[in-house]
Amino acid sequence: MVTIPVSHGLLLAGLLFILGLLGVMVRRNIVFILLSLEVMFNGAGLAFVVAGSRWGQADGQIMFMFLLAMAAAEVSVGLALVFHLYHRGHTLDADAISKMKG
Amino acid sequence: MNAIFYISAAIAVSSTALAISRLNAVHALLYLIVSLLAVAQIFFILGAPFAAALEVIVYAGAIMVLFVFVIMMLNLGPPAIDTERRWLTPGMWIGPGLLSAILMAQLVFVIAETSAYPSGYHEVGSHAVGLALFGPYVLGVELASMLLLAGLVGAYHLARHDFRKRDKGDA
Amino acid sequence: MDFLWLIPALPLAGFLILSLAGSRLTRPMVSAVGVGSVGLSAMISLWVTAAFIDQSPVRHVFSQTLWTWIDVGLDVAQLHLSVNFYLDSLAVVMILVITWVGFLIHLYSVEYMAHDDGYCRFFAYMNLFVAAMLILVLADNLLLLYLGWEGVGLCSYLLIGFWYKDPANGYAARKAFVVTRVGDTAMAIGLFIIYQHLDTLQIQTVMARAAEAWPAGSALPLTVALLLAGGAVGKSAQLPLQTWLPDAMAGPTPVSALIHAATMVTAGVYLIARTHVLFTLAPLAMTAVAVIGAATLLMAGFSGLVQKDIKRVLAYSTISQVGYMFLALGVGAWSAAVFHLATHAFFKALLFLGAGAVIHSLNGEQNMFKMGGLRREMPLVFATFLIGAASLAALPLVTAGFYSKDLIIWESFASAQGGAGFYAAALAGAFLTVLYTFRMVFLTFAGPIKTPVTHRPGISMKIPLVILAVLSLTAGFVEIPKTLGGVHLFSHFLNGVFPEIHITHGLEQIEWIFELVSGCVTLFGIFLVYLFIQRAPVLTEKLSGSAAGAFFNRLWLKGWGFDALYDRIFVRPYLFFGRLNREDIIDSFYDGLAAVGRAGYSAASLTQNGQVRTYAFGIALGAVALIAMVVIL
Repeated sequence: MVTIPVSHGLLLAGLLFILGLLGVMVRRNIVFILLSLEVMFNGAGLAFVVAGSRWGQADGQIMFMFLLAMAAAEVSVGLALVFHLYHRGHTLDADAISKMKG
Repeated sequence: MNAIFYISAAIAVSSTALAISRLNAVHALLYLIVSLLAVAQIFFILGAPFAAALEVIVYAGAIMVLFVFVIMMLNLGPPAIDTERRWLTPGMWIGPGLLSAILMAQLVFVIAETSAYPSGYHEVGSHAVGLALFGPYVLGVELASMLLLAGLVGAYHLARHDFRKRDKGDA
Repeated sequence: MDFLWLIPALPLAGFLILSLAGSRLTRPMVSAVGVGSVGLSAMISLWVTAAFIDQSPVRHVFSQTLWTWIDVGLDVAQLHLSVNFYLDSLAVVMILVITWVGFLIHLYSVEYMAHDDGYCRFFAYMNLFVAAMLILVLADNLLLLYLGWEGVGLCSYLLIGFWYKDPANGYAARKAFVVTRVGDTAMAIGLFIIYQHLDTLQIQTVMARAAEAWPAGSALPLTVALLLAGGAVGKSAQLPLQTWLPDAMAGPTPVSALIHAATMVTAGVYLIARTHVLFTLAPLAMTAVAVIGAATLLMAGFSGLVQKDIKRVLAYSTISQVGYMFLALGVGAWSAAVFHLATHAFFKALLFLGAGAVIHSLNGEQNMFKMGGLRREMPLVFATFLIGAASLAALPLVTAGFYSKDLIIWESFASAQGGAGFYAAALAGAFLTVLYTFRMVFLTFAGPIKTPVTHRPGISMKIPLVILAVLSLTAGFVEIPKTLGGVHLFSHFLNGVFPEIHITHGLEQIEWIFELVSGCVTLFGIFLVYLFIQRAPVLTEKLSGSAAGAFFNRLWLKGWGFDALYDRIFVRPYLFFGRLNREDIIDSFYDGLAAVGRAGYSAASLTQNGQVRTYAFGIALGAVALIAMVVIL
């Protein structure tokens, strides 16, 4: 039986999440931003599963499943929007899609 | 056997770090897929085989593949890599890096206080998950299906307009 | 006697009618209300006077309470004041003078202001003035007196600046108001001290308690008397607050006649006379008042000698004559001061109205050097003006001014508090008075015609002139010195109010010498003026051409440089600080608050730049902050 302390699992999940957050803040290309968003989802899902495993219940995995469904829907719509942006402005620059003057 | 967890963790973290810092989109995606597989391994170790399978099949197998398809359809080419190089200066990492470091420190501080209860002691198999899905969480399943329907319709609608009216500039 | 309250109430009602409904009334109706209210008031004061004389032993007083004004009865402070009218012989004299001279001037104004657009406004203000002045003299307590005091100050401002479209008039009005305000503040402080120590503001009670509680010559009565004298000095345009009166001639001539000759400037004299007990308790204050009076009468006399504007001569003359009244008050000649107040009201109003007739007929010309030869053109005006001038110059035996002024001159020497110095000043002042008065008469009415007469005054202007001329001749006969007959009606009438004046023993015998001297001075003065102006004008030219002459000419023309002095000392520093504070400090504080708000808004709006990554950064920042709060707190 492999047993891992809960805190380690959660730490790993937090680390993955923060790496994803870092990617969102740093990258300028929309596709990479969406990518980093997926990383964040992954981290969150890991946290769920670790917690479910700690209590020995199926709830963690179920939450993970819902998260997966949500990520799938979001990615498909998001990528369709990326297409639109690209065909409009011929750029994938996140900073260029703003019309506000600050 | 505990070592497997730590090795998988290391792989996941390093490949994620590489994924967010690549210039080539496809490279980044591939690194991300490696990360996902490592995380799936961790799921398996923790006694959640169903989650591990889902991670591989749906996340790495469908979502990431969708990403790859889209990148290839965009047909970016070498100019995109140069643009990425221009955009991703080392100086960009400082501010967000600092913020993330602070956030990580806070998380460590908070999580380290929790108990060191072992996880993965019991395996929660597909059978248990299925029972739960058709039991208490049946409503959630329905909601998730509606969400997927919405995503499906939205993606279909957006994509359809794109190919037909591309030249008219209409969305 | 119960109709006493109508005397101030009728002009007040006139003011209310004219100010509220005046624009809807026709000119004749406005005249009827304006003149009629004061006229009715004059009639009622005659009736009240008759009733007063009828019923009395001399110490008789009549008091009528209208309503309770202030009724505060706490443990720490008590104040009970009512609107109470107090009629004694002094008040009788005052209301007769105010209402009758006021009525005649209102009648005169009907024609004088006939072509003015502000006709209704004029009568409204004049009525308000008469009402305020009557409240002042009938007031039983010092607070009500102060109400009337401020009321006349307000009306003076409104009437001096009557032709407000010319900013110079507004400046003159403001100057008058501000300078008298200085005096008013001193008076208010005096009232505070009186209340603090004597617990009452009712005049008679104040005087009774002060006589008991305060020893003569101590600091308290001296302070209070000096403060009240300060208020009187401001209102009556004495040194050092006399600068406003010559400039106040910017108002219409009836205003100058009523306010600045007959009534308002005498309010100060009235105040001191009313509170005479406080002054007798402070001999130093009385001496100060006498000195102020003497200095003022001399200073104004010199200034009047070189003026070109006919109204300014009369203004300086007023300052000088009120100086006589102050001198009389200062040496303890209370009834003499009031006597001169009454006769001065008559002949000075007459002179102003006559000057107004001249100005009106010459289409606004006020420079005496451009007038001349009006003796043949306007004989009635000339005759009445001459009578007024003679009375002012105290022509012996026939004029009222002779009896009143000579009484003052005599008592400034003979009184226990008088002396040779005061006598010399008074006599010199009388000489100067003759000089400038007859200079004015000769320049205006004699000699060749320099400006043609456009129209002659009508009946509405002539009647007041005639009546006032008669009064200027006959009003003096109520108080004739012993050497000439010994009639003492006036001083006996006022005996109930004032104590007898103490004549230094042994001097009564030589009173006749003094009278002779005064008479000779007057006649000599007239002769001198005739010589210099009519017969040998070259002498005047040579005198004013010489270096000393030119210097004094300039100095006296500007009123001894007081205006320039006050400008240097007060006006310029104040304007300097005003300009320093141009970006008003207090205003800037509130503007600063608004600016901070605006800056905050600009800063906050920077966060909305439409960049996705900035927003992600913001979310991360928020997360950090929240977790930190949870962790730390």
